[in-house]
Amino acid sequence: MSKIYFLIFILIGFSFSFSTHPVLDHAFPKLSDYKFFKQPISKQLPKQNIIPYTIASPLFSDYAEKLRFISLPENTIITHNKDHSFNYPEGTFLIKTFYYPDDFRNPNGSRRLIETRLLKKIRSEWIAIPYVWNNDQTEAVLSLAGARTNVSWIHYDGSPMNLLYSVPNMNQCKSCHVHKNILKPIGPKIRNLNHEFSYEHEIMNQLEKWIALGILESLDNIDLLPSTVNYENSDDGNIKERARAWLDINCAHCHRSGGPAETSGLYLTIEENNFRALGVYKPPVAAGRGSGKRKYNIVPGHPEKSIMEFRINSTDPGIMMPELSRKLIHKEGLELIRAWIKNMPKIHLSY
Amino acid sequence: MNLIRSLLFIQVFIVFIYAEFEQELQLKLILSEPGDTINLGSGVFPILGTLSMEGKNDIVIKGAGMNGTILDFSSQVEGAQGISITNSKNIVLEDFTIQNAKGDAVKGQHINGITFRRIKTQWLGGPKSTNGAYGIYPVQCENVLVEHCMAIAASDAGIYIGQSKNIIVRYSEAFENVAGIEIENSINADVYGNNVHGNTGGILVFDLPDLVVKEGRQVRIFENIIKNNNVENFAPKGNIVGKVPAGTGIMVMATEQVEVFRNTIINNKTAGTAIVSYFITEEETKDIQYNPYTSSIYIHDNIYRRAPQIPTLDHDIGILLFAHFFRDVPDIIYDGMPDPKYIANNGLIPDSRRLCIADNLDASYVNLEISKNFESWYSPFFVDFITDDNECNCMQDPLPKVVLDLEI
Repeated sequence: MSKIYFLIFILIGFSFSFSTHPVLDHAFPKLSDYKFFKQPISKQLPKQNIIPYTIASPLFSDYAEKLRFISLPENTIITHNKDHSFNYPEGTFLIKTFYYPDDFRNPNGSRRLIETRLLKKIRSEWIAIPYVWNNDQTEAVLSLAGARTNVSWIHYDGSPMNLLYSVPNMNQCKSCHVHKNILKPIGPKIRNLNHEFSYEHEIMNQLEKWIALGILESLDNIDLLPSTVNYENSDDGNIKERARAWLDINCAHCHRSGGPAETSGLYLTIEENNFRALGVYKPPVAAGRGSGKRKYNIVPGHPEKSIMEFRINSTDPGIMMPELSRKLIHKEGLELIRAWIKNMPKIHLSY
Repeated sequence: MNLIRSLLFIQVFIVFIYAEFEQELQLKLILSEPGDTINLGSGVFPILGTLSMEGKNDIVIKGAGMNGTILDFSSQVEGAQGISITNSKNIVLEDFTIQNAKGDAVKGQHINGITFRRIKTQWLGGPKSTNGAYGIYPVQCENVLVEHCMAIAASDAGIYIGQSKNIIVRYSEAFENVAGIEIENSINADVYGNNVHGNTGGILVFDLPDLVVKEGRQVRIFENIIKNNNVENFAPKGNIVGKVPAGTGIMVMATEQVEVFRNTIINNKTAGTAIVSYFITEEETKDIQYNPYTSSIYIHDNIYRRAPQIPTLDHDIGILLFAHFFRDVPDIIYDGMPDPKYIANNGLIPDSRRLCIADNLDASYVNLEISKNFESWYSPFFVDFITDDNECNCMQDPLPKVVLDLEI
């Protein structure tokens, strides 16, 4: 049945491929058309000028694993600003493939590729181009309207998992990636890249590697630059640092000044240091039943009284946070946020 | 496990059947170009995920009438809205119904020029705290027109305008919501000719702290029928509207420049019209730019009717009113908290900054003076409140009419 379903959206995808939508001027109908990967492309082995990378703390998307690559036009370089943000050259591609290992206990074993998302920089703007992999895993096809597909796998603990996975549509891409009405990359910033990566022949700090490859303007004192902890690694940083890293990547793309959720007054970037903006004793604004009958976003010492905990712990579309990108609860993330709130000093209302 | 498998099978089956309409519509929303009208056709269409439109200009989304086109989100599996429209200009939604959305029915954010015309948002089965929060929900928009709409059974506000500028809400009906119509942290709004009945609170004008857009002001509420808004408050706790007493006709909180006139306000059992500061919520705020007071409020030429009845006893204010007035609760309730910055050296407030009450039919009044009467929980039960509205005997200049800048 899912094959028929795949067929439907592939057909829809093709039938509109002659429309004049600006994305279509820059999007190939198939992922292989870009020639990012060696054949067969399902192995996701990048060609020479395509650089793989990871970010320190990834966005949770229903336990999907991700492969990330960056492609720059020849003889171009990423420059950076004082605030550590990057300026990417025209024609840059950020490539992200989502997949599920068939058995999470064997991460390098067989796997199913679900989708590959491209961010391309054109005329100083980014556009999002989503591709969905076919069942035979031979090709990924342009799919502006997104898709839903059934996936199953064996989880870390050996339990079987089933999921109706949602590939976001083009607008939904933007709903996370938008800042002040402009689409922007979320993950690759200095603090998220500033850690080691296993390249084919060496282990090296990613920023140093990019500089060595000539795709990033040189940086002074890389060891002094901020480096986000990996919230998945309990040896990395303390609970607070890991919790803030989790909130930053999972929530702050919307919950920040200029982001789509700024209307809530809840700001969750890693740099935020106003307790009220972080949610401490902050009543909700437009949470509706997302409040879970709790009064404040965070009640220090009491995750069970905190709206934040309630919403991370829900899969009801009208309650759960983040709104998109997941159907499952991120149990590990939930435990981390619980521990963070639990250990938070109980400041009086007039902090 | 078998149960999960069969549920999953059913889910996949549903997706298979309905994916086509939904995917086609979603694709149209993505590919639409300026000047396009997207016709929804007639029928009941089950939708499983948020329908979204982003960065579009001059688009009309049109159905075959409120009862002819129904987008049904009863089996929604993803997205916190029924329809989400963002970062756009000149958008018109007309002639269709959005029902049983898991979160908000239709949300518009960062839109200059948004019209909702003959749109119905509803949750079937009446007031329930499990219903979505907002029906019609533009936020951070400019030039908003809501007309001939219906909003039913939202667990927060049926028609909610938040952090927006230049707004008209008219000729619409809202019932069985917690708040029928709410104007929050917004500037320059006309709310008129609406029929607002059977909600917890009829029309609310709020200004809340800690938000990007504050200093809500210049709101005119006129020629509305505001009747029987006595439904028990069913908002999920924690939400600000959860603090609205059942039986509220109009509530103005922490907002300045509000004109309430020529309305018919009937049988709202607790407060026909309440004028209150943010202090009434007993919430604290550290927002130093926030002004928690009301000022320049002008209530005139309204008709009040209220059969003797007990106010809500689910709310402290209701209990207090009951203790003082039994079944004859005053129509206009003022918390007596003027903005201190307008109090002159002689202790007086200029008429233009006060609460003025003039020429209403059958309007009784009480000033709770919460700053001096509420020192302990029992003290308000032992004072004589001011019930002579002579202290509000003044007039103000009318507020200007809202003129929208709408291109389509």
